[in-house]
Amino acid sequence: MPKNSISLMTKAFAVLKKDMQCEFRTRYALNAIMLFGITTLTVVSFSVGQKNLPAEVHAALFWIIIFFSAMSGLAQVFIREEEAKTSTVLRLTASPTAVYIGKLTFNLFLLFFLELIISPLFILMTDVEVRNILLLATVLALGAIGLAGATTLIAAIISKSGAKGALFSVLSFPILLPLLMGAIKATTVAFSDTGGGFSDVSSELQLLISYGVIMITASLLLFEYVWEE
Amino acid sequence: MYKLEVNNIIKNFASRRVLRKVSFSLQTGDSLAVVGKNGSGKTTLLKVIAGLIRASKGTVAYSGPNGKLSRDELQSSLSYVGPEMTLYDALTAEENLKFFATMRGLAWHLEESDKLLSKMGLNGRGRDKYGAYSSGMKQRLKCAVALLNEPHYLFLDEPTSNLDEDGKQIVGDIIERQKENGILIIATNEQKEYGLAEKLYQLDD
Repeated sequence: MPKNSISLMTKAFAVLKKDMQCEFRTRYALNAIMLFGITTLTVVSFSVGQKNLPAEVHAALFWIIIFFSAMSGLAQVFIREEEAKTSTVLRLTASPTAVYIGKLTFNLFLLFFLELIISPLFILMTDVEVRNILLLATVLALGAIGLAGATTLIAAIISKSGAKGALFSVLSFPILLPLLMGAIKATTVAFSDTGGGFSDVSSELQLLISYGVIMITASLLLFEYVWEE
Repeated sequence: MYKLEVNNIIKNFASRRVLRKVSFSLQTGDSLAVVGKNGSGKTTLLKVIAGLIRASKGTVAYSGPNGKLSRDELQSSLSYVGPEMTLYDALTAEENLKFFATMRGLAWHLEESDKLLSKMGLNGRGRDKYGAYSSGMKQRLKCAVALLNEPHYLFLDEPTSNLDEDGKQIVGDIIERQKENGILIIATNEQKEYGLAEKLYQLDD
């Protein structure tokens, strides 16, 4: 076949498209995160749904559901390659950067989909009132970018180990703690009766933006070493 | 002229030494059969040479007409087919070919893909999922993916495993073409296949 100057982004898009096709035909990750998300949400709503809890508690419960649902599905992006033994041919043919960008974008889509389903259900089932919907949407978007940025690299690290699932959560939690703290604080303001705005959580938003940028940049630099055994 | 130089490769897995100072050099037109019993390290050697695992000691050097090959040049001129690697079960044969052609930076055309599938005896099966293929058909499609980039370096690990007589003939043709245009290494423990290559490297237990 004739050689063509195919750009890095075209290759990354091909990785994303391939992962999307495989996911829509098998639904491993989608089923895992949605099942976990809906189950946890149901348990939370049954236990505290009717109680008038402070905004801090609602925000914490919301991010716990997002975090653990994400943990059950985000690692699949690399685990599936290792378990199906497709990683060998991918390593031989693809540039590590294209693989990372493709997989990161796939995980981002997965998280956005999770948030799109879980957020309205959470609001509906726990009777929490959202005072600043734009702020909540911003925090959700930045939170997803940070979560995907950090967990995609961790997924690549743990995909070759034995106890993949447990190791993924154990390694991710300390790394994601600053992100979760910032996201919970900013979400509290979005849920709060006083109805705070962006200026009230500027430091939390700065933290979320910096976290995402640092994690994605560091992962881009380190991924090549993780990917090539 | 492309060259491959393997110098004093040692590979240990924990305390077990699998490869003991393996050295050889090949250039365009050369073919080598790596032979030995099960567990002698044939697959390990091919993986070390292909860059899939690191050697404990020793070096592997690739060079082309303009000197040492860069990482990207090597990636676009090397192909490997092994029994433990697979393609994507959920994708069709055509989708697999298109994906790997894009990864290799090649312009992909349906006609080219049809031609390649036909050459591998898979005509009319391009829209079937790889997961629905038999083991012999999977082996043929893996060979098709390996041929996409017309590699200067082709490494085949047990290339005729799971193949019927027609499939073995197809692999035989691939080997003959590669011997004319590039460097070929086959790992095998089938005595009948020793003659497929011009040189022989025996690995000890």
